[in-house]
Amino acid sequence: MARLYTVKVVVANKEGASDPEGETVYRDLVSKSGFSKVKSIRTGKFLKVSVEAPDASSAKRIVQRMCDELRIYNPAAHSITVEV
Amino acid sequence: MSLESTTLPPTPSRLRCSSTRAKVAVVRFPGSNCDLDAVQALRTLDSVKADLVWHEEPTIGEYDAVVLPGGFSFGDYLRAGAIAARSPALERITAVADQGLPVLGICNGFQILIEAGLLPGALLRNASLRFVCRWVNVRVDNDSTSFTKNMKEGDVLHLPIAHNEGRFYASKEELATLNREGRVVFRYCDGDGHVSSSANPTGTLDNIAGISNKRGNVVGLMPHPERATEEVLSPFGDSDGSLIFKSMLGIE
Repeated sequence: MARLYTVKVVVANKEGASDPEGETVYRDLVSKSGFSKVKSIRTGKFLKVSVEAPDASSAKRIVQRMCDELRIYNPAAHSITVEV
Repeated sequence: MSLESTTLPPTPSRLRCSSTRAKVAVVRFPGSNCDLDAVQALRTLDSVKADLVWHEEPTIGEYDAVVLPGGFSFGDYLRAGAIAARSPALERITAVADQGLPVLGICNGFQILIEAGLLPGALLRNASLRFVCRWVNVRVDNDSTSFTKNMKEGDVLHLPIAHNEGRFYASKEELATLNREGRVVFRYCDGDGHVSSSANPTGTLDNIAGISNKRGNVVGLMPHPERATEEVLSPFGDSDGSLIFKSMLGIE
């Protein structure tokens, strides 16, 4: 029986790749506002996907394939995490 | 909300030294790009001394009026205006506003005033998801603010817009308060002053193009008056933008 799963996708700049938006949010907002325990910030994009699938692992597989085939992220610059 | 709040108090010229030239600060953030246009627009007016002031300058608090110009402050990272809104400049500008002196936010400056809480609501991405860049008609809906004294309610101004996040949004309650207190200053309209959805360039709530604070001395608007202060700049051959600066500075 197929049912509806919610799959969460986070697209972020690859580790080591520069992230000017995260750096600016950290440098010009957070680090100047007294949150000294915060050491760095990376930004990304979040997609919440509703997908019909027989089980959670197929739901995750469908979304992973969608992200790859449709270039929801650019593998040259981004990495993604997919969670059901 | 009490009934007293239905009409704004008359806004006399609150400049500190009406006998000498009014000193106006145009605040430049990293990423501002309409700052020089604003300075130029102000300098075409007699009796005005317009300075370009870097956002870190403590002297911002010493001016008779402050203009926050358009652009992409801090890259518009996080949200348009969100980082500039937390900079020390905005503490100083809030102090200027608290004295009843005029503070004008244009485009990104409007976004900053909203993010800083000096004006209510939010400016979201245009409904078309496109950057909209064109001349529009703007109706004056309140002629008693610091910025519209030289106009009459119902006047139609020709001004250009150029932005991606200009779709004003407020909750039902906030919108009712803005309307009740006469704080919607400008609405997009057709050439005859009729407000309609076909004259709404961005999907903004109730065609709202500009609003004021309760006191009427802080105004933000998405259109660019500084790009419409000389006849040669306007396809309509007028200089409607200068009306806003003249009103703000008490010039007839």
